[in-house]
Amino acid sequence: MTTTESDGPMTTEATPQVATVGPRTLAWQRRRHSAVRFWRQYRTHRAGVFGLAALSLFALIALTAPLTVGSDVQSVTGAPGGPMESPSARFPLGTDQFGRNLLGLVVWGARVSLLVGLLAAVLSVAIGALIGITAGHFRGWYATVIMRITDWFLVMPTLVLAIALMTVMSRSIGTIILAIGVTTWPTTARLVRAQTLAVESRPYIERAKALGGGHWHIMSRHVLPNVMPLVLAQTTLIISSAILAEATLAFLGLGDPTVVSWGGLLQDAREAGAVSAGKWWYLVPPGVAIAVVALAFTLCGRAVESVLNPKLGVTR
Amino acid sequence: MTAEATPSLVEATDGPAQAGPSVRGPRARTTTAYLRYVAGKLGGAAVSLLAVLVTSFFLFRLIPGDPVKYMTGGRQVSAGQLAHYREEFGLDLPLWQQFTDYCGKALTGDLGTSYQFRAPVIDKISEALPNTLLLTGTAFVLYTALGIFLGTRSAWRAGGTSDRLNTGLALTLYSIPSFWLGLLLIIVFSVGMGPIPGLFPTGGMESGGKEGFAYVLDVAHHLILPVVTLVAVEYGQTLLVTRSALLDEMGSDYLTTARAKGLRDDLVRRRHAVPNALLPTVTLIFINLGRTVAGVILVETVFSWPGLGGLFYQALSVPDLPLVQGLFFVFASAVIVMNTLADLIYPLLDPRVGR
Repeated sequence: MTTTESDGPMTTEATPQVATVGPRTLAWQRRRHSAVRFWRQYRTHRAGVFGLAALSLFALIALTAPLTVGSDVQSVTGAPGGPMESPSARFPLGTDQFGRNLLGLVVWGARVSLLVGLLAAVLSVAIGALIGITAGHFRGWYATVIMRITDWFLVMPTLVLAIALMTVMSRSIGTIILAIGVTTWPTTARLVRAQTLAVESRPYIERAKALGGGHWHIMSRHVLPNVMPLVLAQTTLIISSAILAEATLAFLGLGDPTVVSWGGLLQDAREAGAVSAGKWWYLVPPGVAIAVVALAFTLCGRAVESVLNPKLGVTR
Repeated sequence: MTAEATPSLVEATDGPAQAGPSVRGPRARTTTAYLRYVAGKLGGAAVSLLAVLVTSFFLFRLIPGDPVKYMTGGRQVSAGQLAHYREEFGLDLPLWQQFTDYCGKALTGDLGTSYQFRAPVIDKISEALPNTLLLTGTAFVLYTALGIFLGTRSAWRAGGTSDRLNTGLALTLYSIPSFWLGLLLIIVFSVGMGPIPGLFPTGGMESGGKEGFAYVLDVAHHLILPVVTLVAVEYGQTLLVTRSALLDEMGSDYLTTARAKGLRDDLVRRRHAVPNALLPTVTLIFINLGRTVAGVILVETVFSWPGLGGLFYQALSVPDLPLVQGLFFVFASAVIVMNTLADLIYPLLDPRVGR
């Protein structure tokens, strides 16, 4: 969109300084410039800004939870209220079947849901990027085999695979992250491989090879920086599906039973009979929280994507 | 850096769209070339199915502890009984022998015996399969039609109010956990809330004791809420895919030509733009079927629909490993088979494939 226009002034600004500053400073200057340019374009996507605001709010809530509600909200013994109390001045969202304060539980649950979402997405994207870059760099039988496996994973029902993994592993936050991470990487691998192929066909890669750059040098110094923007956008998008996946696993009773998460709260609600009793106030808050956070990450991801790749037309 | 990255990102993001058959399509659309293409696809599908079979065997042998313990559910049993159970389920044999037995039996349609129902897994699956097909089929047709319809309209007036509303709503529904939406619908429309009486049954597939046409109506009545839930959470994806595929076609010269011929706007859209945009959409709809399978599991669980998803949930809570394993195989192979079907149909739809 405006990338080529805003590139002009940047290069003219940078050229006279080549003599005075080192290459490292120059690189940092360029990075700062592209970050500023990125932010300027990101700001024009209203949905993306809204998503970012919502995320900041939730992140703040999750980080300050030990101060605002404290870890004893999840303790079943000595719960402050009676079982399944309707919302009142004392308990704004009511209480659960153990008499625990639901508002506190929802706030506390943000920690697990966000943590699992973030880490699972990072793991998934890391695997995807590693496989994508190597499959794009080393052609031949390695790439063929690896891409076959990727295609196989791509059509697999991700959640069914994650559920299968969770049934054979112990129930803890670590295994949930692992189960989500190792089942959601194929899309990233495909995207990164295509990008790697595009980068590696450029003349400067040939130059690097001619100057004696090895596989590691080319992959880490030339390919990786070029796939980073894509990886970033992909991470943001995958976080939202990872949060949904975590909630789903918890709802199916495959979550960590010792921690409070939004999906786990919904499972508790269902098991306590909140549905047939029509106690909607028990079900609404955790679900709304999941939906808002997942939507916010999706909106951010789409905004990042359309800034990096205006031709994609996701938000046109 | 960004200046270099930007143009190539376009190529990169075209990646998943090409993940479909367009890359490996036949060179010329002659019958032999198509047959070779079909053979290649079927071979690939066979390898994938075999991989699923192997995965489902070894994955569920990774489980720590003795599977016999799950069968007895923590009851006190004598060592003799445990040995009897092991023999009954073939767990006393060496792993490789279990594996060859398993593969041989799987080829004849025997997927083992369920721990909790004490019945062949294949029987439980074939009992539940028609119910799942009814629910999934209805929802699939509805959400695909709705997604393509709304996606087309959105792209045609991209940036307009209705586009923004549609895209926003689709993204929101896409972010909602399907099981939560199902639970809310049950509370509002089945249990009844405030002035709304309980309009729909809370779950199950039939009230029982009905025959003939009354039975059909009864099942349809039970079907409405689960289908609404599935359609609501799934149509957004089709909408977005259709929309971006159509947006890619919007600037094409052939559309300008069609307009220059004096065709009505509506005709340009229906006859020229949409058929071309549908091609990548079809591939992605089938690739995304995996998500629908997940949706079905949750919706059936929430609505106690007597299908494969509900069965999967029951099997998970024990865990009833042979049943989980069998259902895993069924879900994965269903998606593989559907994707292969889409691959086979694709070159017939698009003469340009592979050219």
